[in-house]
Amino acid sequence: MSWILPPGVSTFASDIDFLYYLILIITGIAFVIVEAGLILFIVKYRERPGRKAYYTHGSTTAEIVWTAIPAITVVTIGVLSGGVWKTVKGRNSVPPDALPYGVLVKQFEWNFTHAGVDGALGTGDDFTLRNRMHIPVDRPVVMRMTAEDVIHSFFVPAFRIKQDAVPGMEIAVWFEATEPGEYELACAELCGIGHSNMGGTVTVHTAEEYSRWVAEQSTTAALR
Amino acid sequence: MATTALPLEHATHAEAHELSFIQKYIFSTDHKIIGIQFLLMSMLFLVVGGLLALMIRWQLGFPETAIPGGALLPETMAPDGFLLPEFYNSLVTMHGTFMVFFAIMPLLVGVFGNFLIPLKIGAPDMAFPRLNMASFWVAVPAGIMMLAGFFVEGGHSGAGWTVYAPLSADPEWTGVSYGQQLWLLSIAVLGLSSILGATNYITTVVNLRAPGMTWFRLPLSIWALFITAILVLLAIPILSGAAIMLFFDQTIGTHFFDAATGGQPLLWQHLFWYFGHPEVYILILPAMGMVSDVIANGSRKPIFGYHSMVYAIIAIGFLGWIVWGHHMFQSGMNPTLGMTFMISTMLIAVPSAIKVFNWMGTMWRGNIRFHVPMLHAVAFVAMFVIGGLSGVFMASTPVDIYIHDTYFIVAHIHYVLFGGSLFAIFAAVTFWYPKMFGRMMNPTMGKVHFWLTFLFYNLTFFPMHNLGVAGHMRRIYDPSQYEFLQPLAGINQFITVNALLLFASQLIFAVNFVVSWFRGKRATENPWEDNGLEWTVPSPPPHGNFAEVPTVYRGPYEFSSPDVSEDYLPQTTRLATDRTPAAGSEGGSA
Amino acid sequence: MAHPVMMDPPRQREVGADVYNEKLGMWIFLGSEVMFFTALIGSYIILRVGYPQAFGEPGQILNVPVTASNTFLLICSSVTMVKAFAAIQDGDQRGLRLYLLATVVIGAAFVGVQAYEYTALIHEGFIPSGYIEGRHFAELAAQGELPANVGIYGSTFYTMTGFHGFHVSMGVICMIFVTWKAFKGKYTAADHRGVEVIGLYWHFVDLVWIILFTIVYLI
Repeated sequence: MSWILPPGVSTFASDIDFLYYLILIITGIAFVIVEAGLILFIVKYRERPGRKAYYTHGSTTAEIVWTAIPAITVVTIGVLSGGVWKTVKGRNSVPPDALPYGVLVKQFEWNFTHAGVDGALGTGDDFTLRNRMHIPVDRPVVMRMTAEDVIHSFFVPAFRIKQDAVPGMEIAVWFEATEPGEYELACAELCGIGHSNMGGTVTVHTAEEYSRWVAEQSTTAALR
Repeated sequence: MATTALPLEHATHAEAHELSFIQKYIFSTDHKIIGIQFLLMSMLFLVVGGLLALMIRWQLGFPETAIPGGALLPETMAPDGFLLPEFYNSLVTMHGTFMVFFAIMPLLVGVFGNFLIPLKIGAPDMAFPRLNMASFWVAVPAGIMMLAGFFVEGGHSGAGWTVYAPLSADPEWTGVSYGQQLWLLSIAVLGLSSILGATNYITTVVNLRAPGMTWFRLPLSIWALFITAILVLLAIPILSGAAIMLFFDQTIGTHFFDAATGGQPLLWQHLFWYFGHPEVYILILPAMGMVSDVIANGSRKPIFGYHSMVYAIIAIGFLGWIVWGHHMFQSGMNPTLGMTFMISTMLIAVPSAIKVFNWMGTMWRGNIRFHVPMLHAVAFVAMFVIGGLSGVFMASTPVDIYIHDTYFIVAHIHYVLFGGSLFAIFAAVTFWYPKMFGRMMNPTMGKVHFWLTFLFYNLTFFPMHNLGVAGHMRRIYDPSQYEFLQPLAGINQFITVNALLLFASQLIFAVNFVVSWFRGKRATENPWEDNGLEWTVPSPPPHGNFAEVPTVYRGPYEFSSPDVSEDYLPQTTRLATDRTPAAGSEGGSA
Repeated sequence: MAHPVMMDPPRQREVGADVYNEKLGMWIFLGSEVMFFTALIGSYIILRVGYPQAFGEPGQILNVPVTASNTFLLICSSVTMVKAFAAIQDGDQRGLRLYLLATVVIGAAFVGVQAYEYTALIHEGFIPSGYIEGRHFAELAAQGELPANVGIYGSTFYTMTGFHGFHVSMGVICMIFVTWKAFKGKYTAADHRGVEVIGLYWHFVDLVWIILFTIVYLI
């Protein structure tokens, strides 16, 4: 049982993890203060015969203090979060040079249309893979994602990215992997009987490896 | 609406002649009986919801072993005792549905709204006793319909308790048609029951307070129930409207949530959560209110910061309307809205924190009596804090990207709904049991039940945070499909074992509840030495509650007052310094 | 005007709202109704803004003149309701019965006209799920004179107006009950709560219709 996040391998993973640990520390402190206080009071002020409780209706100073401190804390967390949110999911957050992918999600599969050698969608060398996505390392990729039937959710824990795919909407979501390797992809939104089998893999290649791989695939696609 | 009889007259009328058994206990218009009816019904659904949860846990902990007693389940649910994925989805859906709509909500609002409001404000009954009866008898068919869904062709709804469209909108996606339709109808019917109840509660609190019971002498339980009733009144019709639209999509081919012809799947989510977030506060505000009553009583001290407690309740009730989008951060909703909803969500932590600190302030320098209700109430505070703090994680939109739809959310909701609401319900049931049934519950059994529940509760739900941190998705039939989830199988088993023990511990409560009803020690008028009006009348109170209209001289939390030698001072006790309130002198807006 | 407090026997109570329970209860209930129609109307607006091409021009599919007359009818029934209330305030039993009866009849007529409207629309091929294949409207759509796909138009139109019609029908049933009591002489100048409370509901339903008529038929 651990409070440590699994290793993050995307550019914004460290920002998200930082916020997570920041909140973990802040809420951890609040947790300890409150629970320790409760235990202290439980022990110290337990009923003793012949004693009367201290008669008071409260204290305005105390109210102001414990209104202000949480308010300042949460607004600070909010402001810090806002910046990261803008980078990851903001309206204009997608880097202009991002490699485009088309993603069509349906019960119970992911269809990743890769852009091919020319790096553009809608051209002859595009090819589509089922439940497998291949991306180059250290280069932002943008998925234009839509669902055919019901709502699904694209979740790669290692990239700290999650985005619902909704029928009738094309949602752009971007990320940039920082470590080559193979990462698991899961569906995070209940989507029917096969929901728990709706996994896949995202393979992150080095730049050279990716060029070689994509050239191979595009040739195969052209032959077909 | 054509009734001209006033409740006061109504009560005297009713006493004039013997009521038949049916009038007295089945189709009763007495708010206390209706409260008890709601109590029995919702405890039944609590057990149902619990059993469904155990099946879910079994699948997650021991997928290789047939479920004990699984042979009783039909082939369409669990052939040879192994759950089918479609049945698993129904279990997940119906566990949430029963617990939210048929257990916790009626336990808090139906039971204690009914039982406490008239007694605590000094009224003989609700403003509309017959409407009150109708509200219960409308809820019963809703419950039956919801149960019936398991037995229809295609099985019960499997779209999650939030029944997201389009998964829920077309049988094509789940194979469920009648089950989903029954779900929607049941929710709409239950909504009618809630709206009738809420109308009644609000009218009663506004119009039937005893002389001297000014707004700021109301117990916090009544304040909370009053604000809750307003939330119910305004939020439930949204759900009813949405449920009807979805029902039409299912049955007569409308296209509200069908993207192919211009409908919008996200519209369902907006409607559902516009209802759903106020609903979250419907499920916690009454708990907060009743816990406040119990903590003041247990600590033998006035509530610390009564006024700020009231304002916090009102603030939560208000803010609850502008935070719904935080359930939809990853839904594809405009990300700029995400920012707005994040800030409003963060702000709601403030009134919650105020409440926690005021409860602690109440215990500070108290003379704390650890009776069973107090144990549960303190546990409420301790557990609600965890639920509140874990909420900060998901309020932060970037962190939510990762933990959304994981077990972190499951842990959070259970720390609020079980650790929060249900502990408060245990506190309230044990506290007002003597007033309801005229007998005391057994304190030893009560304490054993409390400690076992507290222990196994935490062992069950705390590790779910860690599952979530590791990325474990919720609503997953078979986590072993994912490599990164395989190392978590041990935690899942641990949770399952503790969930079983947690459920078993509730048997103690059930036995205590039933046996005490018949064999418990007779309760005196005021066994907890409390100040509320309900403790000035016999246990259980007669039909019509008060022999004469009580007069209120002070707030409900005058414990350990230096004016008297006892450590409590009932609201109706007249001291030499008290003046009789002139009718209406302090007005409704005091 | 009879002050509501005078209707109650004097009793010692903390002063709440300065209205009697039934009236307060109806106001509260109407709050709930507002939210219900907000859900329906809000959804309509969101769907229409998101996909305007599914909605016909005013008068293209819906029969505006007939419904305009029906709207006039419903407004008349609000007037007769006010008259009924005014009559009983003056203790005029005959006036009360006459105007209540008129309200019942006009209300029922409104529902009747709506039923006629629905029948005609369905006959022409406009139903909650869109067009009926082969009927008049579907053919016009094929010729490009009507929107090609009116799925959400039919959905929202029938759901909103249908639930409004349901509310009017419920109102008529309650109104019949009140009228029956009026004929039995149960209301007096001093105590006529039933009349006032049903009146509140009636005016509310009327108001909702004016909004619906504007946004569904005219815009």
